Amino acid sequence: MMPLLTTKGLSRSFGGLRAVDGVDFALMPGEIRAVIGPNGAGKTTFVSLVSGRIQPSSGMIVFDGADITNLPAYARVRLGVAYTFQITSVFANLSAYDNVALPVQRTLTDGRSKGAVRTGVMAALERTGLAARAHMPAGQLSYGHQRLLEVAMGLALKPRLLILDEPTQGLADSEIDNFIQLVREIAKSATVLLIEHNMPVIMQLADRITVFNAGKILAEGTPKAIRENAEVQQAYLGTTP
Amino acid sequence: MTEASPAKPYALHLGVIALLFALSFVLPDYHHGLLARIMVLAVFAMGYNMLFGYVGLLSLGHAMFFSAGLYGAGLTVYHLGWNVPAAFAAGLACGALLALVIGLLALRTTGVAFMIVTMMFAQVFYLVILYFASWTGGDQGLVVQQAARVLVLGSASLDLTNPTVRYMSALALFSIVLLITLAIVRSRYGRVLVAIRENEERTKMLGYDTFSNKLIAVVVSGTICAASGAAYALLFGYVGSSFASVQYSILPLLWVLLGGAATTLGPLIGTLFMYYVIDITSGFTSAYLLIVGIALILLVLFFPKGILGSIRQRWLGWLP
Ligand SMILES: Nc1ncnc2c1ncn2[C@@H]1O[C@H](COP(=O)(O)OP(=O)(O)OP(=O)(O)O)[C@@H](O)[C@H]1O
Ligand SMILES: [Mg+2]
Repeated sequence: MMPLLTTKGLSRSFGGLRAVDGVDFALMPGEIRAVIGPNGAGKTTFVSLVSGRIQPSSGMIVFDGADITNLPAYARVRLGVAYTFQITSVFANLSAYDNVALPVQRTLTDGRSKGAVRTGVMAALERTGLAARAHMPAGQLSYGHQRLLEVAMGLALKPRLLILDEPTQGLADSEIDNFIQLVREIAKSATVLLIEHNMPVIMQLADRITVFNAGKILAEGTPKAIRENAEVQQAYLGTTP
Repeated sequence: MTEASPAKPYALHLGVIALLFALSFVLPDYHHGLLARIMVLAVFAMGYNMLFGYVGLLSLGHAMFFSAGLYGAGLTVYHLGWNVPAAFAAGLACGALLALVIGLLALRTTGVAFMIVTMMFAQVFYLVILYFASWTGGDQGLVVQQAARVLVLGSASLDLTNPTVRYMSALALFSIVLLITLAIVRSRYGRVLVAIRENEERTKMLGYDTFSNKLIAVVVSGTICAASGAAYALLFGYVGSSFASVQYSILPLLWVLLGGAATTLGPLIGTLFMYYVIDITSGFTSAYLLIVGIALILLVLFFPKGILGSIRQRWLGWLP
């Protein structure tokens, strides 16, 4: 099977700092892949390169067999790469409804279908449990709900690859359980690349785990293998297995 | 936005149009003439609001789009003897083309740089008008003869210098532009424009080519302003370079800020308000600009979102 996403020698420096340093990475379709690593390891920078938010210093990105290294971000979104922000970046002054309507209406090709936007928006809000708050300005939602709104916006893009950057940050435990269910459901129709710090969430969701450290991939494997990997424990998990 | 039932906003806008229509029959001559002028200039303000209010791009060069319409219509009538509809179309075309070129160049910048770039282009436009004084009349301007300002429709002919015809023509243009603006801001495209204003990076990450969307907005805005300029030339018969000066780039900004940025009726209210404050105060004192200045400062202090913007915020959330 051909990977959905491949990077070759992908690098990005900020001044002298090599935030992402020659990363070779492959992701199979249908997979849920977790990316872990200590703070500042380059996880956000790596997925930002994939989504096109920032430009690489060198290297190549291939999505579904096509070189997308030089495509602008919006064109990658149209190919099916959706990115949800680590730092919540919803449209604070617009209602939750309008926030989701933006991605929904973009994926609709039939401009005349009047009810289609509403149906699509409400479906995405239902899935994330925000339907009752559709008319609240996004800025007035609780932090956890804003995180979920980010996910709803990503979902509404009908992506083939959904990149979630620390989506459970700020969620209550009860909300995390729902979130795990939600990601399982999303994974039926999309490949998921999930940056997470919350180990229980990773262990429940991930098919495979990639560990970043200092801009490089330190290890990659099944959750079990990663848990037992001594190097990883050293760099990231401390000493507790 | 698109959520509110469409009935209320449309009823309100049609009501405003009906009121302006009725006023034509009751206003004394002086106010009748002034209101016709205000409606034409409110179209200029609506065009400005399209870009400033909804997309959040502050231009300091919109006088060039108004003047493109003014000269596009005025010069074709004056030198080429074109009829009224053809001249009006020429004005629109000049504005649209100019806006396309300026948009392609100026949209590479944002914020303060965008303000400066648009101001520089407008200044170039102004100087070009002065340079070709043998065609444009320079700072004297041109007066379009009454005979040229007759709209021939089949066997009927409408004299645009007749006050009632002029008022109704101004109202017709105002109404069309108002309803177009309302339709745009309530549309899916309007939602994208507001998203760009609120957070352009995020909008890109939802798959929108924000540059193209902004470029379309600049062209729509420039064309509306050109429609105002072209109507001004044909209805009031004067084409002059003062309309291309920086003052006429700042005026629509003031009108929109006063009335309420990103409200569909704010441009009308702001233009109306400013004209009447000047009109009333200049009757009392020669220092009327001082009073206008104070009125503006008070408004900004107590109604930072403009008259209609504040009303929307406090009482009428459904206002488009
Ligand atoms: N725009 C930028 N300019 C300069 N340095 C940056 C920029 N973005 C990231 N960095 C630096 O690059 C390194 C990698 O940052 P990145 O945000 O990718 O880490 P991360 O793995 O996502 O960390 P976290 O777990 O804290 O989110 C850090 O040292 C960070 O300070
Ligand atoms: Mg990060």
